[in-house]
Amino acid sequence: MKQFIAFVKKEFYHVLRDKRTLLILFGMPVAQILIFGFALTNEVKNANILIVDQAKDISSQKIIGEISASHYFQIENSINDPKQISRAFQKGIIHLAIIFPANFNQDLMHLHKAQIQVIADASDPNTATALTNYVSAIVTDFQADLNNQFSLQMQIIPEIRMLYNPQLKGAPNFVPGVMALVLLLVCVLMTAISIVKEKETGTMEILLVSPFKPVLVIIAKAVPYLLLSLINVVSILLLSVYVLHVPVKGSVLLLLAESTLFIITCLTLGIFISIKTNTQQVAMLVSLMGMLLPTVLFSGFMFPIENMPVALQIFSNIVPSKWFYIIVKSIMIKGVGFSVIWKETLVLIGITLILFFLSVKSFKIRIA
Amino acid sequence: MAEVVIATEKLTKRFGDFTAVDEITFKVFKGEIFGFLGANGAGKTTAMRMLIGLSIPTSGKATVAGFNVYHQTESIKKNIGYMSQKFSLYEDLTVMENIRFYAGIYGLTNAQIKTKSDQLIAGLNLEKQAKELVASLPLGWKQKLSFSVALLHEPKIVFLDEPTGGVDPLTRRQFWELIYAASDKGITIFVTTHYMDEAEYCNRISIMVDGKINAMDSPENLKKQFNANSIDEVFYQLARRAIRAE
Repeated sequence: MKQFIAFVKKEFYHVLRDKRTLLILFGMPVAQILIFGFALTNEVKNANILIVDQAKDISSQKIIGEISASHYFQIENSINDPKQISRAFQKGIIHLAIIFPANFNQDLMHLHKAQIQVIADASDPNTATALTNYVSAIVTDFQADLNNQFSLQMQIIPEIRMLYNPQLKGAPNFVPGVMALVLLLVCVLMTAISIVKEKETGTMEILLVSPFKPVLVIIAKAVPYLLLSLINVVSILLLSVYVLHVPVKGSVLLLLAESTLFIITCLTLGIFISIKTNTQQVAMLVSLMGMLLPTVLFSGFMFPIENMPVALQIFSNIVPSKWFYIIVKSIMIKGVGFSVIWKETLVLIGITLILFFLSVKSFKIRIA
Repeated sequence: MAEVVIATEKLTKRFGDFTAVDEITFKVFKGEIFGFLGANGAGKTTAMRMLIGLSIPTSGKATVAGFNVYHQTESIKKNIGYMSQKFSLYEDLTVMENIRFYAGIYGLTNAQIKTKSDQLIAGLNLEKQAKELVASLPLGWKQKLSFSVALLHEPKIVFLDEPTGGVDPLTRRQFWELIYAASDKGITIFVTTHYMDEAEYCNRISIMVDGKINAMDSPENLKKQFNANSIDEVFYQLARRAIRAE
């Protein structure tokens, strides 16, 4: 028994002295509870919506009043031209649009029946369903009130149109997310490990002594992963189109070009990690904990970013997969062109360049 | 007068307050086998890293193959070969693939690669193992192969960092045969080692203690100077007063 205790004691020393293990043992559960408890929720709040009131009468104003009072909605005031609605959906500025016809109240009073147009961005079917349900509930409430007031049976019919994904399939939301995840995993993790392995085995030194420029060493390491990742992208797209029946509505070439950009971003990230870490184990930990987890949580495909506390929303801006997810969704599901996603593309390019310069700087410092 | 291939003058490397290499001055001549000895922590590896272009000196001068270590590291790298302590070969590649890789990155043409690799493999009698993974070779063979690969591009100087660690005396002796053969061809050998008997194989040796070179001469002369029977004893006399140990 005494021998056993001696051994257990040693094991305690190991655990308590290893800062990384302690972080995982105590830090992670706390972080997870906080994040999953507060930040991440599937509940839709403060969704940006647009209301076009062509009637501007007492009934429409009343309904609009209810809607703006609700914490589910945030009314977007910057769009006045109905023709810009489609653009607003494409850019992801609004999730929902409600249009009141010009004779709304008149129709109600005289015909006892009126219609409201409700258009929802169904590229995220969960959000779309939730929002349209909220609207319907508010309209039904209003309808009930009116009926009580006037002792009539009036009907307000919301005509609901689901954009981009009329059948409300889950796949359109997931395929872009999975793409971001897979590319990140392969490119960041594998590149980081590959370069660190050379450091660990000592062959990196030999390469550094050769006349082969260090920059080329790194690029040569990244090239196989670039090609393999492109093959990955193509296979995911093929599976998506033919097995999941989620077509690519936009330009496939643009999609591939943006994917190549994202791959390069991830490779640069992998390279940066490999320069800063010295063992494969740490490289793997940093890649998984530091990259994979934020991608799953903060790219927006599982948990809408608008529902998170502001601090986390700001943080999500430095997660490259958030921008890529928007780009892929826009091209694949909404079918838009480059003019809509140029901003996100620029952000990705910016992130890549910053990572590249940081890598070069860190690398040079190591040599001196 | 023999040609000088390595020359240093008060070469120094400091890391913050710590002076790893303290104003060392020495010359190495063409075709020499120069043994760079010292205890662990004496500064040997740091000094060597400056000479092969992996580290910029804090002060002092040094030229390798006529190029200066501050600004001409690219040219230095083209003219030297290097074998590290941890070896240089990729375990999951075959003998042939390793040779072709290193020949390739040193810029040899396809024709040259073919000739050189055939020569190398014949020279080491590795015909049967040419297509085997390096991982399957015994340690001694890996070392010999590593050394030969370092010479593929016919460098003027080859730097060996503790090349014979962990093998039996017979294998070490065979390795030194290879070194002699290279030296006969006019290649300068700069070798660091722990094994004092190997010091006897060198033309000249230097012994570093606490960052400084405390002795430099041929093995014979040093033994006379320190009244010792072996380099082991010379080393012991010098190193015993050292402050730094690993």
